[in-house]
Amino acid sequence: MTRELMKGNEAVAEAAIRAGLQAYFGYPITPQTELLEWMSRRMPELGRAFVQAESELGAINMVYGAACTGARAMTSSSSPGISLMMEGLSYIAATEVPMVLVDVMRGGPGLGNISPAQADYNQIVHGGGHGDYHPIVLAPASVQESIDLTARAFDLAEKYRAIAVLLTDGNIGQMMEPAELPPMQPVLTKPTSWAVSGASGRERRILTSISLDPPTQERTNIRLQKRWQDVQASEVMYKEYYLDDADFAVIGFGSAGRGALSAVRTARAEGLKVGLLRPITLSPFPTAIVEELTQKLQGMLVVEMNSGQMLDDVRSIVSRRIPVEFYGRMGGMTPLPEEILAEIHRLVTGPLTVNGHPRDRWLERLSSLN
Amino acid sequence: MPLKGRIDVNESLCKGCELCIGECPQHVMALAVERLNAKGYHPAELKEAGCTGCAICAIVCPEAAITVYREVVKPRKPAQEMAV
Amino acid sequence: MDLTNEIEEMQVVYSRPKSFTDVQTHYCPGCTHGTAHRLIAEVIDEMGLRERTIGVASVGFAYNYFDFDWVQSPHGRAPAMATGIKRVLPDRIVMTYQGDGDLASIGAAEIVHAAARGENITVFFINNANYGMTGGQMAPTTLPGQKTTSSPNGRDVELAGYPIQTAELLAILQGSSYVVRRSLHDPKNIRLAKKAIRLAFEAQVRGLGFSMIELLSICPTNWGMTPTQSLAWLEEKMIPFYPLGDFKVSPELAGLKI
Repeated sequence: MTRELMKGNEAVAEAAIRAGLQAYFGYPITPQTELLEWMSRRMPELGRAFVQAESELGAINMVYGAACTGARAMTSSSSPGISLMMEGLSYIAATEVPMVLVDVMRGGPGLGNISPAQADYNQIVHGGGHGDYHPIVLAPASVQESIDLTARAFDLAEKYRAIAVLLTDGNIGQMMEPAELPPMQPVLTKPTSWAVSGASGRERRILTSISLDPPTQERTNIRLQKRWQDVQASEVMYKEYYLDDADFAVIGFGSAGRGALSAVRTARAEGLKVGLLRPITLSPFPTAIVEELTQKLQGMLVVEMNSGQMLDDVRSIVSRRIPVEFYGRMGGMTPLPEEILAEIHRLVTGPLTVNGHPRDRWLERLSSLN
Repeated sequence: MPLKGRIDVNESLCKGCELCIGECPQHVMALAVERLNAKGYHPAELKEAGCTGCAICAIVCPEAAITVYREVVKPRKPAQEMAV
Repeated sequence: MDLTNEIEEMQVVYSRPKSFTDVQTHYCPGCTHGTAHRLIAEVIDEMGLRERTIGVASVGFAYNYFDFDWVQSPHGRAPAMATGIKRVLPDRIVMTYQGDGDLASIGAAEIVHAAARGENITVFFINNANYGMTGGQMAPTTLPGQKTTSSPNGRDVELAGYPIQTAELLAILQGSSYVVRRSLHDPKNIRLAKKAIRLAFEAQVRGLGFSMIELLSICPTNWGMTPTQSLAWLEEKMIPFYPLGDFKVSPELAGLKI
């Protein structure tokens, strides 16, 4: 296949179609509307299901219905619309039916703006819907990665009967880069022991998320937790750059990780022994590599487009054994490589401390600039 | 002469709501006040003769607890054939 | 010659429909949810739809009582879930079973849009003028002056507005093919309700668009009456506000003899 210049949102849509997507239900919201629009043209062309729902609430519930039949189904939205879907996501997780969600994050909280952000990390990774559940969360940093991870999302969702989220942002959704799409896979509803499709030649099935009997509900929760342990053991993905001999590491995902890579390369050219860890699965979190780095590094810098959400996950692994600093931009601002490089200089120069909270120090510096 | 009918009430499903009793055109149903089912309801039953198998009780029963029987009437064969 | 008829055996005239599972329901004595369930099960049996039907209902446990596939929907979202299912499995019969809050309150957007899109699903709306399952709170269908646990002095139209006549509302939409209101308060109306249920499923089988039956139902426990008293309340108080009748009937259905 040839590489073509394509827009992130459209690439994700087409990648899903090529992964055998049977049903897309969505609602317009900037900065992901191109995905919906692509689907509105392509899905009917291919005889597959497409509905522009009445709201994101309608969309997630349509996905829920289609997912119950075992069909590959997805929806996409951006931060405020994702909030509307939280009820549906909790129900879908509890019912253990697979689905794919794309969150093209934007500035918030509230209506925020239409510029890129990463402030849905906690909501998505730690579950914004009520109850104990874990979606699989994949964070691309380029259009090609968005394509590759979309196909992977469907496979992971089906393998673990889970929700798989492509957690991306307005930069990656809107940017145009050369990328290659995979070949078209056939639409295939694999037979399962649980799908509801009309009780033809078998006993009836009920798919539900309620168990009024607490012991039964606890057993469901235990099953979900144990399945999550399997996911944690097998599905962690990350990329490391220049970490072999590094004394310091930057940790960032998505657009922040991408900008950090530029900064790290410049720092290396200056002779600084800095590397980058870019998690690709945010959930399951790459705990083992962070632990490994904690044991050999002098310090870490977490870079995010939020107030330090992944920061807390990193800190809980590091546990004050080495200094962890933080640099973030919020409200739709993207940290540029120059800014990250300045932070790397600060990290390498020191002095660093394990006392206090890096967020407080960062907020002090950021607010004095604004 | 009206056809004869009969009903069976599934006593474990009946909740003693009395809707059938109120609707029975022959007024031949009542609650069995001398006994309770496992859930503590007095089940409905035929209290006297006169059921015509009209099935109105079954139509109003929210529990589908009633099975209704009606006599099947079959004409006797004509006399000429029988003589042979 | 003597041509007196001879009495043969007793024939079963009515028995519990097969699609109504053989368990006692948790509904109160006299609750016409049971009647509605029974009629739907009868029609499903008569039309031979059991193996093709998928039901969608939120908590309320309807899904435990029918011997066909069900999915449970979040409250109000059944029409959206039904849309998702029908769009990927268009040859199945997809039905929803919803109450006052589910359909007319939290789910108001979902039902309007499912009807507007002309989704080929069949919706059963049980209107008993309150939120029964949660203990009798005010509903969008609660009548002016009606006492409920969240309108203890009676529904005050100054504060809470007027009830919603859902069948009339949805009949306006072009996607609706069969939208009617029936009642379950006496044998004649129960028979008419069953005919409507049959027509609604026929509309779906023929791909005519959205079908809905609003079924006026009694709620003895929350109305604070016996089942028999409740029948009278329904007839005297509910029907004037929620008239029985056909609000939208697709021409293809009009001539159908069932």
